[in-house]
Formats: sequence, structure tokens, C-alpha cells
Amino acid sequence: MDAFKRISLFGIVTMAELTYREALNQALREEMRRDSRVFIIGEEVAYYQGTYKVTQNLLAEFGEQRVVDTPIAEEGIVGTAIGAAMTGLRPVAELMTVNFSLLAMDMIVNHAAKIRLMFNAQVDVPMVIRMPQSAGNQLGAQHSQLFEAYFMHCPGLRVVLPATPADAKGLLKTAIRDNNPVIFLENQSLYSIKGDVPAGEYLLPLGKANVIREGEEITLISYSKMVHECLAAAEELAKDNISAEVIDLRCLNPLDKKTIFDSVKKTRFAIVVNEAWYTGSAGAEIASLINENCFEYLDAPVKRISAYDIPMPYNKNLEQAVLPHKDDIEKVAKRLLMGEELWLKR
Amino acid sequence: MKDLQGFYEKDKLLNFYRQMYLLRNFEEVAANMYLKGKIGGFTHLYIGQEATGVGAIAALFDKDYVVSAYREHGHALAKGISAKAVMAELFGKQTGCSGGMGGSMHLFDKNVNFMGGYAIVGGSIPIAVGIGFAINYREEELVCACFFGDGAINEGAFNEGLNMAKLYNLPILFICENNLYGMGTGVVRASSVSEIYKRACGFNMPSKAINGMDVIEVYEEILLAVKAIRRGGGPHFIEARTYRFKPHSMADPDRYRTISEIEMWRERDPIEYFSRRLTEQGIADADELKQIKESVEVEVQEAVEFAEQSPEPEWTHLKELVYSE
Ligand SMILES: Cc1ncc(C[n+]2csc(CCOP(=O)(O)OP(=O)(O)O)c2C)c(N)n1
Ligand SMILES: [Mg+2]
Repeated sequence: MDAFKRISLFGIVTMAELTYREALNQALREEMRRDSRVFIIGEEVAYYQGTYKVTQNLLAEFGEQRVVDTPIAEEGIVGTAIGAAMTGLRPVAELMTVNFSLLAMDMIVNHAAKIRLMFNAQVDVPMVIRMPQSAGNQLGAQHSQLFEAYFMHCPGLRVVLPATPADAKGLLKTAIRDNNPVIFLENQSLYSIKGDVPAGEYLLPLGKANVIREGEEITLISYSKMVHECLAAAEELAKDNISAEVIDLRCLNPLDKKTIFDSVKKTRFAIVVNEAWYTGSAGAEIASLINENCFEYLDAPVKRISAYDIPMPYNKNLEQAVLPHKDDIEKVAKRLLMGEELWLKR
Repeated sequence: MKDLQGFYEKDKLLNFYRQMYLLRNFEEVAANMYLKGKIGGFTHLYIGQEATGVGAIAALFDKDYVVSAYREHGHALAKGISAKAVMAELFGKQTGCSGGMGGSMHLFDKNVNFMGGYAIVGGSIPIAVGIGFAINYREEELVCACFFGDGAINEGAFNEGLNMAKLYNLPILFICENNLYGMGTGVVRASSVSEIYKRACGFNMPSKAINGMDVIEVYEEILLAVKAIRRGGGPHFIEARTYRFKPHSMADPDRYRTISEIEMWRERDPIEYFSRRLTEQGIADADELKQIKESVEVEVQEAVEFAEQSPEPEWTHLKELVYSE
């Protein structure tokens, strides 16, 4: 957290320990106070105080006009946000979980992402779609998915995935001020984690990755929840005197390629980790970028760790077996550094 | 209160009673198992709505199809999936009706034509259209009953599905279980037309609101609708007015309803109401009903034991499930 405890022009930035959920709530509140065009729209965001309580108490402060409950109508929610954004408001839409974004995919991909170019930049679509994603809670195949790769694939969208409470605040505030449609993917399993969060105005630029742990011998690249698995793996590797660098990408679009490449050029080994399926994942994209740009620096192929390409089973053991864990990262890192031959003889 | 004597065979009435109590007791026990950590996920209870599921499914042929949403334990049991197979599914076991792959929201049993619980609101509606299409295609005299909640009527899938069902004159019975809330949002805050059955009128579909707390009314109304469908009358729509006594899911703090509202509906408990009718009209005495309850409780206990003792599904097996050979 040292990075945040820097001295500002006004003195020391004050910190408060907040949960990821509270940090998001604070960002929403501050932006709504700051800009009367910002409003929230979604299922159960107002009277219910948010399915995951991210919009808690916002109705009380801002009223029904700015914290708008909707029917269960994802396409309607996103469409409403788009139209409002095109005509001067700054909507923050909440979809209850990413799984339901599929019902709004037409509005997101065919409309929000296209409008600016298609109409020769006569309008912007400044909106945020917040939604949690994750797996591992035995919610079954239809409720345990991660879709960042779908959104990353589509030009015209920004894709943001905070891993820590401070990032949640700093990135959400920036996302709301951004003039593009921003897909803001929270992680259900992170809502209750705690961390120091700078008070007041705290903005993180989109597209600036965070080297969250410095190291020399191997680079672990990830985002969202998997950052924590990478940090835990790095901790284990350190016990065996292996120094791993951990990069939290924070955003997939814009993607901070420079931070990735600089690190890989230094360590010469890279593993990309995502919680989503293997094939066509964000990790696949990043691995291929590393291959294209850092090939001569690499001492081994870039490895990818992900969930298996399997719709999520409900059974707890099988679900855990489908998902990637810190042990997988640790094992793959050692195998990579040791070399295949030595690993097999070990 | 309508006189039941002379209109129904006693066995049939006692079977309604037994089934409703099975749904109730099964879920009370399942809720306990959830709290003990034996069951994961969300787990949405049907308690309070039993008369609708039991009455409606009793009016179907065994071979008729049923599709439902994620609050489907009751529909699955009423359609004839055994308590053992449903409980084992909630436990995530290989012997569950979906082999431990689906869980509470995804029950399925091809043997009884229970074609699945779906956890995407509105998802069951277009699927029912496809099943209705196949029934017509094969010129069968079957019906597909499609259950969904009051929240689902505001999804695009509802509009597309109902329109196509009517356009192709498909044998589908749409049953909207209006329990007044979609999660924490009351129907009046979610639908521009709060009398839900009227939403179907725009598709030129016969449509009616019924008392979903009365198993006999549900049975009779659905029987009429299903007969009309079998005669080629095309899709019908029933809004069953009911109430869930429990929170939306095991994770819901349930702060959006008043205690007095819940109490008022609990006084209309479909099982107690029906048992009063049975005893007051001299169809069954308290002892008989007690015996039925006891036999249900034994069945549910056996289901728990079965689920506990069943094996977990295997990883090797999992990979074979993704694609068909
Ligand atoms: C497309 C979609 N959006 C949102 C949800 C989250 N969700 C699950 S149940 C539910 C409420 C549905 O209410 P209703 O249709 O009335 O059924 P009930 O729960 O009352 O049986 C919501 C919003 C979902 N599962 N799918
Ligand atoms: Mg409802």
C-alpha cells in the first residue's frame, strides 16, 4: 500500500480502511455529489440497497430520480443508459451479475460500442455498466461465469476490473468521468475484502497497470480476483527463494502493454492467470501479445492458467477442480523455471 | 367454500394433500440442510406456493412437459421426480436428478418430462415455445406447461415467446406465479400493467387470473385450459395469485415486506386451508391427515439419508459431459 501513501500538494493523503464494497459505494456517492448528471439505474439498486449492497444508502441521499429501480429487463436498462448518455446524462447502470449481461449484449455490443464511430463522433456514450462476476459459490452453470473476454474482444468498450478496495474507488471514479462506455467488472468474492482507500478525490487512470509486487525471476500477470491468488503464489515461491513479480492489469482495455513487456523483458518468464475459461480468454490475448513483442527475451513459452473449458458443475469439489488456484500458479512457475526435464526428474 | 363431496374421489383429494405437504416438508428440511452447509448455492424456497404447483401439474398428463425457473423444487416433486433424487441433487451428489451438476436451480428428469429449471429470469419461456413446437411437429396431443414468476414478464423473452407461441398456435400453458415480488421489487413497481393476466391479452391469448392458494381452484382452472389446448386451442395464460412465505433465497434479508403482510398471507396457507376443508366437509379426519404427514416426513428423512450416503460425481465423468459423441 506504500504506493498510495505519497505526499500530495495538500499534505498526506488520508486513508481509511474500507471494504471493496464500501469503496465502490464511496466512489458512486462522491461522483453523484460532484456531477448532477450522474445517475444509477438497475435492478434492486434503490429500495433494496443493491443486491450486493454496493448502492447502500444512495437512495436516501439522492432520491428516486437519481437512483432508479427497474424491472428485470437488462436490455431495457442498458438501452435506457445509452439513450440518456447520448443526450447528456452520465448513467451508471448496474446489472445484477455479468451472467445477465448476455440479455443486454445487443445493446452493449451493437449499440453502445458502435454509436460513436457509426455517427462520425457526433455523440459520445459516456456510461458505465457495473456488474459483478465470479465463480466458486456453487451457483451452477448459469451463474458462475466470467465474460471479460467477450467485452475485451469488442472495440469501442473500455473494460475495467479492480482487484483491491483502493483500485475499486479510483477506477470507478475515473470510469464515470470517462466519455466512453465502460464495462466495470467487480468480483463477487472481493466485495468483503478490506484495504486502505484514499479519502476524497482519488482517480486512477484507465490503462495503467499496477506492479503490485516486484520480483526478478518470473512475471505473474492477472487481474481481479486472480491477483490475490498470484500474490499468494508469489509468497509461496519466495519461501523457495524464487522472486516473482506480480502485475495487476486493472484494465483490459486500454491495456497497459508497456508494463507487461518491461516486466517480461526483465524476468524472461511469464504466466498469465485468469479465472475465466481457457480458450479465447483475456489471458490468451495477453500471452500472444507477449509472444509477438518479447519473443527474443523469453526463456520459455508464456504459460496460461485458467479455469477448464467446462460449464460450471454445481458439485463443490468439481467446481473447485475446474477453477484455478494459487497452487496451480506455484506449480507451473516452478516447472517453468526448473525446465521440463528437471521437473520430470525431480 | 365449494363442496368437494361427491365431485372428487377421496384418494385424489388426499393425494393433493400429500403432495402439498411433501413439497412443504421437503423444503423445510432442505432449508435446515442448507444451514448445516450440506446444500450450497442460493436455494429458493417454494413454501407458500404449493397449491399452484400441485394443482397445476395434477391437471396434466404424465407425458406432458414441464419447464420452470429456479424456484422449481415444488414443480419437480409434483411432476414426479423422487424426493431422493431432488435431495441428492441439492447435495450435489451423483444420484441427484441432474447428477450433481445442476443443483437447486437446475433440476431435470427426462423420465418424467421435467425439462429443467433455468436460472436466467424468463429463460424457460422461449424453451417452452420450442417444446410446444416439437409437440405440434410430431402431431402429439401433449401440452407443455411453462412456469415463471411475475418478474419474468418484463423480460424481452416473454414478449418474443408469447408472440411466437400464439402465432404458431402451440400447445403451451403459460403459468405465471404471481407471488407479488420479483426479489425485492413489488409487481406494481415493475410492470406497467399490474394485473398480469392482461399482459397476455395483447397476444390475443386466452388468459385468466386465479387464486393460486387454493389447490382445487388451480386444478379445475388448469384442467379447463389444458383441455382447450389439447383440442387445438393454442396457448393459454394463467396468472396464479400466490405468495412466497420465505425470503427470495436463503441469502435475502427480506426487508421489503411488512410482517403484517406476510402474516396475512400465512393465514391463507394453502395446506392448512385445504386440510380444514377436508376435515370440515368430513372427507378425512385429523388422524388420517396426521398419518399422511408422518409418511411424508419418513419419505423426506429417507431422502436425506439417501443424499448423505450417495457418492460424489467424478472428475473423469465431468469431461464426458461437455460434448456429445
Ligand atoms: C436475466 C436475469 N436477471 C436477473 C436475475 C436475478 N434474479 C433472480 S430471481 C429474480 C427475481 C425473479 O422474480 P420472479 O420472476 O417474480 O420469480 P420469484 O423469485 O418470485 O419466484 C432476479 C431478479 C436473473 N436470475 N436473471
Ligand atoms: Mg415473483
